[in-house]
Amino acid sequence: MPLLTLTTFLPLAGALFILMIRAQDGAAILNIRRVALITTVATFLVSIGIWTGFDPKNPGFQLTETAGWSGSFFAYRMGVDGISILFVLLTTFLMPFCILASWESVQVRVKEYMIAFLVLETLMVGVFCATDLVLFYVFFEGGLIPMFLIIGIWGGQRRVYASYKFFLYTLAGSVLMMLAIMAMYWQSGTTDITELVNHPFPATMQWWLWFAFFASFAVKMPMWPVHTWLPDAHVEAPTAGSVLLAAILLKMGGYGFLRFSLPMFPLASADLAPFIFTLSVVAIVYTSLVALVQEDMKKLIAYSSVAHMGFVTMGIFTLNTQGLQGAVFQMFSHGLVSGALFLCVGVVYDRLHTREIAAYGGLVNRMPVYATVFMVMTMANVGLPGTSGFIGEFLTLSAAFQVNTWVAAFAALGVILSAAYALWLFRRVVWGALTKANLKAMLDLSPREIAILAPLVVLVILFGVYPLPILDTTSASLDSLLRSVHAALDAAGQTASAMPLIR
Amino acid sequence: MTALPDFALAGPELLLAAGALLLLMIGAYGGERRAGLVSGLSALLLVVAIVAVVIGRDGSTFNGAFVVDGFGRFLKVLVLIGSALAVIMTQRFAVAEKFFHFELPVLIVIATIGMLLMISASDLIAVYLGLELQSLALYVVAAFHRDDGRSTEAGLKYFVLGALSSGMLLYGASLIYGFTGHVDFVGIAAAAAAGGKASLGLTFGIVFVAAGIAFKVSAVPFHMWTPDVYEGAPTPVTAFFAAAPKIAAMALFVRVVMEALGPVKTEWQQIVAFMSLASMILGAFAAIGQRNIKRLMAYSSIGHMGYALVGLAAGSEAGIYGILIYLATYLAMTAGAFAVILSMRRDGAMTEDIDSLAGLSRTNPVVAYLLGIIMFSLAGIPPFAGFFGKYFVFAAAINAGLYWLAVIGILSSVVGAYYYLRIVKIMFLDEPKGAFEPMGGEMKAVLGISGLFVAAFALVLGPLGDAALAAARTLF
Repeated sequence: MPLLTLTTFLPLAGALFILMIRAQDGAAILNIRRVALITTVATFLVSIGIWTGFDPKNPGFQLTETAGWSGSFFAYRMGVDGISILFVLLTTFLMPFCILASWESVQVRVKEYMIAFLVLETLMVGVFCATDLVLFYVFFEGGLIPMFLIIGIWGGQRRVYASYKFFLYTLAGSVLMMLAIMAMYWQSGTTDITELVNHPFPATMQWWLWFAFFASFAVKMPMWPVHTWLPDAHVEAPTAGSVLLAAILLKMGGYGFLRFSLPMFPLASADLAPFIFTLSVVAIVYTSLVALVQEDMKKLIAYSSVAHMGFVTMGIFTLNTQGLQGAVFQMFSHGLVSGALFLCVGVVYDRLHTREIAAYGGLVNRMPVYATVFMVMTMANVGLPGTSGFIGEFLTLSAAFQVNTWVAAFAALGVILSAAYALWLFRRVVWGALTKANLKAMLDLSPREIAILAPLVVLVILFGVYPLPILDTTSASLDSLLRSVHAALDAAGQTASAMPLIR
Repeated sequence: MTALPDFALAGPELLLAAGALLLLMIGAYGGERRAGLVSGLSALLLVVAIVAVVIGRDGSTFNGAFVVDGFGRFLKVLVLIGSALAVIMTQRFAVAEKFFHFELPVLIVIATIGMLLMISASDLIAVYLGLELQSLALYVVAAFHRDDGRSTEAGLKYFVLGALSSGMLLYGASLIYGFTGHVDFVGIAAAAAAGGKASLGLTFGIVFVAAGIAFKVSAVPFHMWTPDVYEGAPTPVTAFFAAAPKIAAMALFVRVVMEALGPVKTEWQQIVAFMSLASMILGAFAAIGQRNIKRLMAYSSIGHMGYALVGLAAGSEAGIYGILIYLATYLAMTAGAFAVILSMRRDGAMTEDIDSLAGLSRTNPVVAYLLGIIMFSLAGIPPFAGFFGKYFVFAAAINAGLYWLAVIGILSSVVGAYYYLRIVKIMFLDEPKGAFEPMGGEMKAVLGISGLFVAAFALVLGPLGDAALAAARTLF
């Protein structure tokens, strides 16, 4: 049974079904919402099949499927390993909540909205399932189209500007990766990722290819200084769009580094690790400071995302077990936490239609349940022990400490700053006296909103105290990845943690 | 005296020629009442010619001046599809704008004969014959809306500049003949290879021939006529110009440089690479400010010819394969886009203003979806057809070591994406300005088929890629 293909294309089938619904009345719109919800839930159930059929001991790709275009350079190759399966599940898990979160807040052009989200789900799952470079690129780039429409049609005031910026920024980064993919094909004769991992590219070529991939993933991640599209896109996107952007689309960058840059260009990755560390530390410290002064809730969370992604890039390029484990965990955890935070913003935005921090204050008096949820997520964002945010930050920091003390020290500064901006945000929005008149009528979370947020709260705490399910899933694949990287480095006569530049 | 040449190889061309004369008779004796019939029969004739091309056999005749091979057959099918679509899309528009006469479809058929000759030409004289037959028919077609000042201006402009380019081509051909002693491609190639290195005279000849052909494919710096002629010519004629003649001229370009000048690749490679680069950049930047959709399509087509030329600059089998795929996708995208442009009719008048598409996704969602897909495809965003076209030509360039060409070209495609996105933005993000009049059935069919082809291109890539690969191999 082609489970991966089914998981990938089931949402597309749902989208085509919705396309056929021609009626415009209220009943039809309700049906459209229901079909979208049922499709995403069904996709999640199918993806659980992937989980049960997956053997965490096996480091290679599993549940593989292949179909070819005869005479073509590339083929339809799908498969999951310990790294990608997490993101497939994260995507399918979050989608029903995105549909639910848009249940009432999206009232115009519901049909197109649901189609865009379902198509986006197909493309996102495809990115993580593809084991062919060209196929990966097709899914990776294709995701721009629905996201462009989601931001552009259902976004806020400056939605047109934000959607253009998002699209062109990401496209400009990605096209160079396309050229690199071609160069890799001519050098190795294949676009199959499983074979490319074992292909020794010449050292100078690795540098060029590494930078081409870096251009794409750094924009997607996003890393400082090419992160500026993110605050705009986040602020203008509708709530569910922001959730997917933060939870899934940003993870494609880190996933790309792990999947391509490290195993395929190990020499360049080791050489350029100091470069990545520098950018990561700047991202962590600088964007945390920027987050401190934001007036807009979504913008603040967007900048905090950039900072958190800094921990991910730092962890990946430490080239040791803790770093990689921590990076993957951080990505997974950030997917849950930032998704939940954007949902929290969406909850109050739906009631008051402003994201300005100053417009709120004292919400705890009226919305105790909301305050609790928001607090758990704020703590997870800070990285408080007991929440999933802690595990990732701790692992990446301890990995960085082994490689370079200064990097770890500056990154740890970011943890303090994250506490500052996150707690201050919480203080200004939730604590304090309820003075503003229009806040006094605010209702607490509806059952629908509780249903959306409760599973996220549970998972964030569960993985905070018991992270083993995640770490066990990834460990075999990450270990084999590290072994091959270090074997390549040894063969080239470089030391594993070659850090002569800063040390 | 040798035996008669093998006329059967030129079957499709002869069929079209005889058919065109017959249709001319029907029109001349039947009068204007028969114009619709002539149009329908022209389309049918072109479709029959497709069958004749497909079932025909390979070979060479007229002392090697006329070649039928897989490469030519692939492109002939594309040209015939393009011409047939142009005939189909013309009638309704031309009737509404009151310039529909029976000569219009017949002229399109005659131009098509010229294009088929260009594709099959394997001799400089045959090249010129095909090119002129095509061009003269096109000059008339461009000016076909006699009572419209813009149309006559476009026709005249096209004629003057086209004649100049033909002159350059002829001059270049005479130089090549003078310095190699041959007009047939095989002889030229042998003579060029014998010297080891191109003589100065041959190089001059190459430059002039390349300039002449570049005019026909509207590659920079010989593109100046394109926006004016596209804008001025009646829209269905523009739709015709945008597809079939470009494909034929590109086929001619490929055959001349690969077959006749293959041994002196270094001489023409820089020329082609420069034209390609300049076309991509100009096509990307110049289109940004356009408000007229026909002008926008003109610059877009300049850019797209630049991308196709990337494959030619590579000068390899992979490059030719890329060109074939590119032209196939380009034909589908152009046909679909023009099906919409030809239907932009509101309150009884045509509009060419891009802003009149505002809110199309509300007033006519199906058309907006399909045109949106075509625009993303033109921008080269996967998973649509345009991406694969770009992918294959750029892959060939990388393989040939033309890294700078590939990098600058692909970055210019990001700039180009901006104006395609603008059309999507106007259709999907802006408030509606009122609906267009309903589309004609044949327009719906053209848009629907081309839109689906573009959207599901990954599924047809298998068989199409096989055909293109077999076609590309015949040149090597």
